[in-house]
Amino acid sequence: MTNEDLITALKKIVKPYVQDELAFETLGEESDFIHDLKINSAHLIDVVLDIEDHFDITIENEELEKMVSVGSAMKLISTKIS
Amino acid sequence: MNEQRVVITGMGVVAPNGVGLDAFSAALKNGKSGIAYFQSLADLNFSCCVGGIPPLNDKIISNYFTPLHLRNFNSDGIIFGCIAGMDAWRDAGLTRDNNQVDFDSGTIFGTGTSGVEKFREAIYQLDKGNVRRLGSTVVAQTMASGVSAYLAGFLGLGNQVTTNSAACATGTEAILLGYERIKQGKAKRMLVGSCSDHGPYIWGGFDAMRVMTYKHNSTPEKASRPMSASAAGFVPGSGAGGMVLESLESAQARGARIYAEVLGGHVNSGGQRNGGSMTAPNPLAVQKCIKEAIVDAGISASEIDLINGHLTATSKDAEEIKNWQVSLQCGSNFPFIQSTKSTIGHCLAAAGSIECVASVLQLYNGYIAPSTNCEDLLPEIEQRIGADRITKILTQRNLQIVAKASFGFGDVNACLLFKKWG
Repeated sequence: MTNEDLITALKKIVKPYVQDELAFETLGEESDFIHDLKINSAHLIDVVLDIEDHFDITIENEELEKMVSVGSAMKLISTKIS
Repeated sequence: MNEQRVVITGMGVVAPNGVGLDAFSAALKNGKSGIAYFQSLADLNFSCCVGGIPPLNDKIISNYFTPLHLRNFNSDGIIFGCIAGMDAWRDAGLTRDNNQVDFDSGTIFGTGTSGVEKFREAIYQLDKGNVRRLGSTVVAQTMASGVSAYLAGFLGLGNQVTTNSAACATGTEAILLGYERIKQGKAKRMLVGSCSDHGPYIWGGFDAMRVMTYKHNSTPEKASRPMSASAAGFVPGSGAGGMVLESLESAQARGARIYAEVLGGHVNSGGQRNGGSMTAPNPLAVQKCIKEAIVDAGISASEIDLINGHLTATSKDAEEIKNWQVSLQCGSNFPFIQSTKSTIGHCLAAAGSIECVASVLQLYNGYIAPSTNCEDLLPEIEQRIGADRITKILTQRNLQIVAKASFGFGDVNACLLFKKWG
């Protein structure tokens, strides 16, 4: 899966949770889920569950703590699905 | 601080026979039943397979909740409560500001249990060892205060935000609690009401107690029979009722339409003594509750034009009438008495609030709604108050004061008095 495919898939997953539409338009690897995309921290748990379902992977608690931006999520998913 | 007078400036309702004030009002006038047969209950071996579920659909729900709210949402009571509450807010001419907190407005919105379907879903996941897969909203949907928390979030309420629970007296109690808070000057507006989930997981416990009717499965619209000689138990219902209570000062300052004044009320318990138990009311406590409510309202019993009874269609209906008669001491001048449950069943924690909305609609619009399914009035009730005190057809009548009482498991009682405005 290319980085572009990955970011497209992630964009689709996070869309329902994003509360800052403008930040969503310019979503990139450096976008922070909570600060930039204004995803409520409780909803971040739902984003993780949706990622798990979509990619058929399991994200551990320790990994979850590091998953703060789109880029870090992409890196984590890449290692899991390779 | 001077005591504030409290008025009702907005109402909303989600009832088995109508969603929204207009639909509910029309159903009330026409004695339209909201009770239906549910094969799903028969499949689960319920004795009583009839019930009342508000006719909502996804399109209506999407006018109140965003797709994000509705993701993994499975708590009907909260949906009913939020729709009734937000409708009441809008009906009061109030708006919502997405950036401001309103510290003068709060909510007391009751329930019995919250999100029982969601809880079931979560328990299945948990028992499979999948606690990490529950998602983020199990707590919000299943905490008792879920409904008041969601409402406060939608409307930006910054005064007291809480949920009361007093079984089938919940809704009536919520209105009294909100009234008291405004009266004391601690809030200008309180969104009050109550809601109840529907379905087998809420209704099953009552079916097990054999307090729901099993004799009318083939005639659902005839099943809920308060005051009838052929009453055989209550019909379970669900839904929500909401009211905006406001200080008279605040209502007049913004030129709000006033439905009625809340004159006062009372709550108490029979202590599960002297005939009272977990499930049956202590008659002395019921009488005391009604009498204290009348004193609190500063009226005399003879001024009451209409009673909206608790009247569930169990063996307790005749005793309730007796309690009203003893409390009011009105001899042969018993007020009219109306049973809203004849058309919507017993909406449990939502019963008091839906029936208070029904009471105020009758008061404001000057009519007594038909009490259906009591063509074979219990002889004891007829002897006590006379058959003409119960109107079986829509009756136009200038009403000034309506009394409403609700009684609940735990031997708890609540009584309110509403007065027509102007």
